[in-house]
Amino acid sequence: MQRFYEVMFIVRPGVQDEDLDKLIASFEATVTNGGGAVRSTEKLGRRKLAYLVRKFSEGNYVLLTIDADGALVSELERRLRVTEQVIKFITVRMDEEQKRLDKIKAIRATRRKVSSEPAAAAPLAEAPEAPAEHAQASA
Amino acid sequence: MSDETTQKAPAASGPRSAGPGAGAPASGPAGAPGGRKFFRRKKVCKFCTEKIDAISYRDVNLLKQFVAERGKIVPRRLTGVCTTHQRRLTRAIKQARNIALLPFAVKY
Repeated sequence: MQRFYEVMFIVRPGVQDEDLDKLIASFEATVTNGGGAVRSTEKLGRRKLAYLVRKFSEGNYVLLTIDADGALVSELERRLRVTEQVIKFITVRMDEEQKRLDKIKAIRATRRKVSSEPAAAAPLAEAPEAPAEHAQASA
Repeated sequence: MSDETTQKAPAASGPRSAGPGAGAPASGPAGAPGGRKFFRRKKVCKFCTEKIDAISYRDVNLLKQFVAERGKIVPRRLTGVCTTHQRRLTRAIKQARNIALLPFAVKY
């Protein structure tokens, strides 16, 4: 069963750019070879860590967005754990969240149509009301 | 109009019933002692009003607003976030802590 995940990992600050690219390419290869698909890869750059991780106070953040199944994710996590340069990683399942967001979007879209309709209908509704007010004032 | 009066009533009775203990941390715009005449602005959920649907663990600047100086998650009663969004916010903050975007605790 294919699901949509975000895998974020931190690479040691001392790693060169070429090595980092190679590292990312190898993880992408594991995903594609395992029957998954890479949606996007993003290098978020060097960031200061909020706390010390393996005595490092800085790290290169990388974000992988993938379509994968459970077995592939556990394989990728195993590889991340084994790889020396990776000091920390997190996998977050995003498909349920995405489903929820799409639902909200759809609801918003339908609501907007409803709200635009009364605005158009309002001038028509006002016209018959005006005589009624006059009637009240005279009575 | 009717909304305003119903909002004012709990705000006026709040500090009196809450006492000095609860009054101190909740000092928002009107935190004066014995300020039962003060109109305390009703807190609204930031995520509901600004229509922020997705609370991502990557959005550090957003999450930082709901984390205290020492790194604690600020409770709902102080920030005014609604239950649903507080739950999602909590999850996002905990994920962000896990990947070292936010601290678990700040050392002094």
